[in-house]
Amino acid sequence: MSQLYLSSSPHVHSGETTSAVMRAVIYSLIPACLVAVYFFGPSALSVLLIATLGCLATEAVCQRLMRQPVTISDGSAAITGILLALNLPPTCPWWMTLLGAVIAIAVGKQVYGGLGANPFNPALVARVVLLISFPVQMTTWSKPAPIGSGLDLVTTATPLGEWKNAVMLTGKMPEAASGSTINYLLGNMPGCVGEVSALALLLGAAYLFYRKILTWHIPVTFVGTVVVLSGIFWLVNPAKYPDPIFHLLTGGLVLGAFYMATDMVTTPVSPKGMLIFGVGCGVLTVLIRLFGGYPEGVSFAILLMNAATPLIDRYTRPKIFGALKAEGAK
Amino acid sequence: MKLKTFKGGIHPPDNKQWSEHKAIEDCPLPDELIVPLSQHIGAPAVACVEVGQQVAKGQEIGAAKGFVSVPVHAPTSGEVVAIESRPHPGGASLPAVVIRADGEDRWSGDLQGADPSSLSVEEIVEKVRSAGVVGMGGAAFPAHVKMSPPPEKPIRTLVFNGVECEPYLTADHRMMLEETERVLQGVAILQYVYGAERVVIGVEANKPDAIALLQKECADNPVEVMPLEVKYPQGAEKQLISAATGREVPSGGLPMDVGVAVHNVSSAAAVTDAVMLGRPLIERICTVTGPAIREPKNLRIRIGMPLSHLVGVCGGLTEEPGKIILGGPMMGFTQAGLDAPTTRGTSGLLLLRDEDVAKSPEGPCIRCARCVDACPMNLLPTTIAAYSRRDLVAEAEEYCAMDCIECGSCSYVCPACLPLVQSIRYGKAAVLAKKRNS
Repeated sequence: MSQLYLSSSPHVHSGETTSAVMRAVIYSLIPACLVAVYFFGPSALSVLLIATLGCLATEAVCQRLMRQPVTISDGSAAITGILLALNLPPTCPWWMTLLGAVIAIAVGKQVYGGLGANPFNPALVARVVLLISFPVQMTTWSKPAPIGSGLDLVTTATPLGEWKNAVMLTGKMPEAASGSTINYLLGNMPGCVGEVSALALLLGAAYLFYRKILTWHIPVTFVGTVVVLSGIFWLVNPAKYPDPIFHLLTGGLVLGAFYMATDMVTTPVSPKGMLIFGVGCGVLTVLIRLFGGYPEGVSFAILLMNAATPLIDRYTRPKIFGALKAEGAK
Repeated sequence: MKLKTFKGGIHPPDNKQWSEHKAIEDCPLPDELIVPLSQHIGAPAVACVEVGQQVAKGQEIGAAKGFVSVPVHAPTSGEVVAIESRPHPGGASLPAVVIRADGEDRWSGDLQGADPSSLSVEEIVEKVRSAGVVGMGGAAFPAHVKMSPPPEKPIRTLVFNGVECEPYLTADHRMMLEETERVLQGVAILQYVYGAERVVIGVEANKPDAIALLQKECADNPVEVMPLEVKYPQGAEKQLISAATGREVPSGGLPMDVGVAVHNVSSAAAVTDAVMLGRPLIERICTVTGPAIREPKNLRIRIGMPLSHLVGVCGGLTEEPGKIILGGPMMGFTQAGLDAPTTRGTSGLLLLRDEDVAKSPEGPCIRCARCVDACPMNLLPTTIAAYSRRDLVAEAEEYCAMDCIECGSCSYVCPACLPLVQSIRYGKAAVLAKKRNS
């Protein structure tokens, strides 16, 4: 019995490991990636590939430089890459995508100590750095040109951008909105690579719910807050403010609420904390969209709430078993 | 109907199919039995026999020392051949009385049973104490201490633990099925001792045959047989009380603070023997199981049987085991070999193959909060573990490290394979050490 293994209990494990969780998240993003490639063609594919490979390479280089074991096989860098790509315009130049990948992993993750230690969502850090540094390229959108349609990508504005321009210029909703609800749902509209198809994103999210990797707390409160708050503005002044369905399906809300705001590392751990986080994201998103300088506020909202996460965690410690009675007894 | 349970917890595969349908078999006696003088929580017993002395089965060979202590008894008749340190299931070598069996298995003549209705509460508690009855679910806390609550904390509800939530183990299950009478007699005696108004036997729903049988036997008495949802750690005292009564034992408190006492069903059977037959606790049911044993069995074992003897009785090993565990896989103790003897707390001997052993490399915490959801005490395991690992003792204590019941649910679910409960145990020890020194 030379090979007996000694340890303290427990002696069994669920078998669900970090890399299994990461793999599941990657699988769940496949529908959104396929829809992106369908609507935006080779340019979306190249953004996806450059971002993913760029993140993997950056992670490997950083870890090599810091003389740490290279852990790109755990899947976390690949997820950051895919999520970054989904948050970029399909016409994003290759060097910008690559720069984004380097920023996401090097500045967004590795400087803090790697997986689990970063306070901000790495993909969103990269997106916001690019947005502020290259506002023109980052807000140049194109109409979808589905594969086989023979169309070329034509520059246009996103539905949210269209609305913002109109409101800024005339104080009113645009005359004729360019999209319809069904097209918004399918993703047949201008926007980031992965934010366009709510349906594909929700399909992937359903898989994550089934695998119990995603809980309802953040997505439901985030989306719910946006719907309620934007609904109030719409009811008060429908001539100026778009309806909640428009808010829900255009822009990055679904991608943000189900994939970006649910990043485990950068969000609270307790259910109560997650609810606060979701509501905070929702409020900030609506405020930025309606009153901020940018047409879209999801990224900023999530990053701001990421910053608040340690504070939320501190004030939402779950009440331990037996705490109530102990206080009552004193 | 939705089954009752507690909040949190996990669903590990129960793996009871190996042994749940195997009837209890009497384990033959080995030549030599090693009876540790410490088999319970509290002060070890002190040897009261000499080397060379002949002892009868059931004779006291170690005297209790203090109130929280119990005597130990000869598991069979024979000669005391040594009183020395021997391997103990806890890992260290501890004093034990070694008895060479004479094969006659002759009971001591001094043991007197009694009709419980002719005894006072104090007389019953004394019989239970002198029989060395301890909690047989694993903690081995002396039963007579539990049975002597202070008068200002009356016990109104008595809960019996037939949950057996540890995977693999089926000893209590077989006990309830095959020794129902002994169990229920003990239930009645303990109800009398406590004067409890309500008596509940909690059994997890993966033992439908035991539930049906107990319900049939309890049809015309007020004992409530309660099926519970299958979930670990339902058998933990506080969690069982929460499931069965809805009451929360206060942090740092005891079940008596909410008017409840909990006993294991096997302990109830031991109480029956102690009171009605005057027989001490020298045997118990033990599940010998796991993928590395040839013939999994539920054995009626004597205290002091070497583990290697149990393995032999079960047909030996199918291959070199990767891990030997005394108790269940969630809270049991690994063994460095098969030399240690069985004790009163030995509910199972689990032999895992190398491939069954969880030993994935640990990664960084990704704050997924699975441990938070799984923790039955509603703690933040990853936070306490992180503080403990950095020796931040005050912070670990502030995050309620001392409330951890060490069930291991957090480590079980952790996708980073972090040894969370192990780190928390370390933190708890540091908190206690700090308290002792201040």
